[in-house]
Amino acid sequence: MAAQIVLFAPLIGALIAGFGHRVIGDKGAQVLTTALLFLAAALSWSIFFGLEEPQTVHLMNWVQSGSLNVDWSIRLDRLTAIMLIVVTTVSSLVHLYSMGYMAHDPQFEGESYRPRFFAYLSFFTFTMLMLVTSDNLLQMFFGWEGVGVASYLLIGFYYKKPSANAAAIKAFVVNRVGDFGFALGIFGLFYMTDSIRFDDVFAAVPMLAETNITFLWTEWNAANLLAFLLFVGAMGKSAQLFLHTWLPDAMEGPTPVSALIHAATMVTAGVFLVCRMSPLMEHAPEATAFITFLGATTAFVAATIGLVQNDIKRVIAYSTMSQLGYMFVAAGVGVYSVAMFHLFTHAFFKAMLFLGAGSVIHGMHHEQDMRNYGNLRKKLPITFWAMMIGTLAITGVGIPLTTIGFAGFLSKDAIIESAYAGTNGGYAFWMLVIAALFTSFYSWRLMFMTFYGKARGDKHTHDHAHESPLVMTIPLGVLAVGSIFAGMIWYGSFFGDHHKVNHFFGIESHEVAAADTGHGDAAPADDHAPAADGHDAAPADDHAPAAADHGTDHGEAMTHAAPMGAIYMAPDNHVIDDAHHSPNWVKVSPFIAMIIGFIVAFWFYIVNTSLPKRLAATFPFVYNFLLNKWYFDEIYDVLFVKPAFAIGRFLWKRGDTQTIDGFLNGVAMGIVPWFTKMAGRAQSGYVFTYAFAMIIGIVALVSLMLMNGGSH
Amino acid sequence: MNNLLSIITFLPLVAAVILALFLRGDDEAAARNAKWLALAATVATFLFSLLVLTGFDSANTGYQFVEEGDWIMGLKYKMGVDGISVLFVMLTTFMMPLTIWASWGVKTRVKEYMIAFLLLETLMLGVFMALDLVLFYLFFEAGLIPMFLIIGIWGGANRIYASFKFFLYTFIGSVLMLVAMVYMALEVGSTDFEMLANHQFDSHSFSLLGLQIAGGIQTLLFLAFFASFAVKMPMWPVHTWLPDAHVQAPTAGSVVLAAILLKMGGYGFLRFSLPMFPVGVETMATFVLWISVIAIVYTSLVALVQEDMKKLIAYSSVAHMGYVTAGIFSLNQQGLDGAIFQMISHGFISGALFLCVGVIYDRMHTRDIDAYGGLATRMPAYALIFMFFTMANVGLPGTSGFVGEFLTLVGMFKANTWVALVATSGVILSAAYALYLYRRVVFGDLIKESLKAITDMDKRERMIFAPLVAMTLLLGVYPSLVTDIIGPSVEALLSNYHAAIPTELVEAAASTSH
Repeated sequence: MAAQIVLFAPLIGALIAGFGHRVIGDKGAQVLTTALLFLAAALSWSIFFGLEEPQTVHLMNWVQSGSLNVDWSIRLDRLTAIMLIVVTTVSSLVHLYSMGYMAHDPQFEGESYRPRFFAYLSFFTFTMLMLVTSDNLLQMFFGWEGVGVASYLLIGFYYKKPSANAAAIKAFVVNRVGDFGFALGIFGLFYMTDSIRFDDVFAAVPMLAETNITFLWTEWNAANLLAFLLFVGAMGKSAQLFLHTWLPDAMEGPTPVSALIHAATMVTAGVFLVCRMSPLMEHAPEATAFITFLGATTAFVAATIGLVQNDIKRVIAYSTMSQLGYMFVAAGVGVYSVAMFHLFTHAFFKAMLFLGAGSVIHGMHHEQDMRNYGNLRKKLPITFWAMMIGTLAITGVGIPLTTIGFAGFLSKDAIIESAYAGTNGGYAFWMLVIAALFTSFYSWRLMFMTFYGKARGDKHTHDHAHESPLVMTIPLGVLAVGSIFAGMIWYGSFFGDHHKVNHFFGIESHEVAAADTGHGDAAPADDHAPAADGHDAAPADDHAPAAADHGTDHGEAMTHAAPMGAIYMAPDNHVIDDAHHSPNWVKVSPFIAMIIGFIVAFWFYIVNTSLPKRLAATFPFVYNFLLNKWYFDEIYDVLFVKPAFAIGRFLWKRGDTQTIDGFLNGVAMGIVPWFTKMAGRAQSGYVFTYAFAMIIGIVALVSLMLMNGGSH
Repeated sequence: MNNLLSIITFLPLVAAVILALFLRGDDEAAARNAKWLALAATVATFLFSLLVLTGFDSANTGYQFVEEGDWIMGLKYKMGVDGISVLFVMLTTFMMPLTIWASWGVKTRVKEYMIAFLLLETLMLGVFMALDLVLFYLFFEAGLIPMFLIIGIWGGANRIYASFKFFLYTFIGSVLMLVAMVYMALEVGSTDFEMLANHQFDSHSFSLLGLQIAGGIQTLLFLAFFASFAVKMPMWPVHTWLPDAHVQAPTAGSVVLAAILLKMGGYGFLRFSLPMFPVGVETMATFVLWISVIAIVYTSLVALVQEDMKKLIAYSSVAHMGYVTAGIFSLNQQGLDGAIFQMISHGFISGALFLCVGVIYDRMHTRDIDAYGGLATRMPAYALIFMFFTMANVGLPGTSGFVGEFLTLVGMFKANTWVALVATSGVILSAAYALYLYRRVVFGDLIKESLKAITDMDKRERMIFAPLVAMTLLLGVYPSLVTDIIGPSVEALLSNYHAAIPTELVEAAASTSH
């Protein structure tokens, strides 16, 4: 019952706030939606801690057609539980924060806009919860598109602003490009397995791995192709390279929206999808290699763009895109638990950075350009400290080679170690380390430009800069606690030894399955790992034995039921162990990158503030290339947007009007003069002709019938 | 009641006759009486049709509520419904009262207007219930006459051209269909649908004027019917009458056209093509699949650049009908279920969208997109309703638009992945044109002087939309309401279809598609 309440409380809040605000009032709508969200959050945490056995709650039938049979239902397992607390916690805090942030808005002078905003926020939360609680791909798609609509509505919240409307449409349409792949993946899975319920699909995965599917011009390995198609959906929702252009523009929405949707929850849906589909991904080596590659590239590209942006929200937006790239690398190399770990910690510190930025913007009268900030730490002390904690978390501050540090330190380093282990120190690893350096640079740049140095820009605005009210600073405080401690508390569960990870995700231990041969072969020296997570104490031999059998019992695997557990790691997947055993220089590398980034930022923006300008002037090409976001928008405009309109016009004018209608007119007016005569007359003329022709038809039919009947 | 279907069919006609014979005068009172009588008749028809729905046994895949009797000149009068047609009957009876109510503002020749719509309802219902070739032909062709008149008399400035174009298209299709019908009647010696469906028309290939006709007579018969149904759908490239007809038709005319008349083509494929000319269908399926998906992409792109609201929605209708034909010719359960579902759902959604245009057309007397902008400020209720149906139109999950699109696409994927790929790209384009339209009309700042005093929807307008919103949501969340009824009949149709395809053709198809 708790799950149902979590799921539907936001919907009820949205409906009442949206349609009943005249009855309950502006204040009532805000308090009600916020209260319902806090209820949902409280229940989510109780579900999270009380989760024993995974379970599925059937709600109602949905689509049924032939063998296609899909239900509305709630699947509760560890993945769902993690997402539940992330979504409801951030959402409830954002609701609370918005009571302050949205209190006054010059754009809607004298209009009632707050209930609409809160209704949208709650509606978003509902669809997001539908997405994460789904037990089949179709309900997930419902949530997937639902959050897309909510995001569209919220990005375009300032509907009088053309740029907001454009951004909203862009977000929806680009996401639809991703959904196009997602949908094809669903069709393909149904075609191959005759079901789109997760359990059925997972059970059929070993079969998919050995089957080819004819798709378009050739045959493909089914598992690889379908994993890839589903990932295209993830690319859209999680703003991965090539489908990322909507995310920076999405900053047109009110800042609490950016914190909730475009940082903590919706954009992580793609990562969630890949983790949810881990049984499929484990059998799709080429698709996951692509995910790793694209994630790493995204992390890098986004970080480079983030270096030079001046809008405070855009910096954080590119940072989000970059961090999502990190998560995909973790998922791509097969360490789904670590991908979820970073998703989890990122939700706290990124939501906080956005809310902090919102607090700055609020205090600075809607000024978003960092060039007009400066020296704000005295004016906005609470915001300053919140942003400072967020920055320490995202840049990954902690004590190297221990598990003591801010949330981002633990999860990001876990990803970088996994990337090293998963790619043998290849492309993805180096991209992520470089991106870590950039992350540190742009994060500190943001801090220095905003809170240090001299006050720049409009003096009046600076004089009136003010700290935000309590409803806005309390959420910052709560998120700060998460940003500091979330990593340390849950490190063992997400990235500890096998026993802990398996237990946390409900994975049945592989050691039950087979006799003991040795983990030793794969990673001979357990004790060289200085990680303080007790890895040595519980030698993690669980995986290897099953790996030995893997080759032989593949045939049987086809008849297996779906694997237990919220995530699945193939028996031959040792990346998590190898990551723990990666060399010390690898483990220290993100820390060093972070230090370098900090020093450079300090030098550029505190010590020698004229340097950035000179540097930009010296390398105008690089600077403009980055400032213009690698020209993706311009290229897409030339490649897709303009041609679509041009082709549309061509088909309309040349195709429909000239060719088809021209032909028809030719037939009507030229070849058949009879029609010409009719066209000249009033319309009633040919109506009667038509009726007459019809009657002749019937007479012909009837008389032939009669004659025929007579002959029998 | 043994003649329930006849009552439903002819009740509107009776009302029309009463109006024609007994209503005198041109004053306000006469107009009001005409409206109320028409509304009462259509509501009564809807209520009677509910008896059909409640009495319908979906497990029985044969015809139900069958009425059979002799008619003039040795012809048979035979009516009945099965799982394929019963929901079209319901759609018609459901939409007509709303259409009449939406016409409350008609000022000119109100009596004739109501007569035309009542007559149209009878004829449309007849199409979906007739089980005899001659009867079907009569309803099918005669149904266009009131539509011509509605466009020609109550239409816009360019109504003559539009109705002429409409006429020309349908006429050419009808002639070919008539020839095929004559042939069929002669060959079988009966005009009864069941007899026709049980008859195996010759499917041996032969050559005609040096052209090899695969599938023989069946292919020719298929093509003859196809000519008529493709125009009605309308399919690309014989779709260009529809945008013009919609633009010129009065709001209620557009609603009926989009919601019901367009469904006759799809119904025809299911009632004639699949059961009667299976080999012809098998031969031509790939061709039809391709022109269907070309239509989706082509008309979506054209919709993107339209400047007239109605034209844009008309092109969007053509694209949505592309999913229907592609679903039907996927020839599997999901494709067919999806196609029927899509037709029903499109009835609500496109009807509502044309009503949305009507709401602001009534106020501003223009359909130019550029004449609007910023309506959200003054018309919040309208903005909400229009947004809802825009989202339904782009196939948002949770609305009925999604289910039809999803099922047809699943069906297409099974039949041909290229076709599915091209058709799925339509979901991107539909989002683009629909949201772009919405943005230009509803969003933005309200700066145009002419719009400063525009009023939000009144009570009557809201109440017209309410049932449409309810149905769109209900079928989106619980589509089993439809699929439970159509499922068994579709299954039976498909199994008969597959049984009728000669094995060598199946093998040939299998070897080419893989």
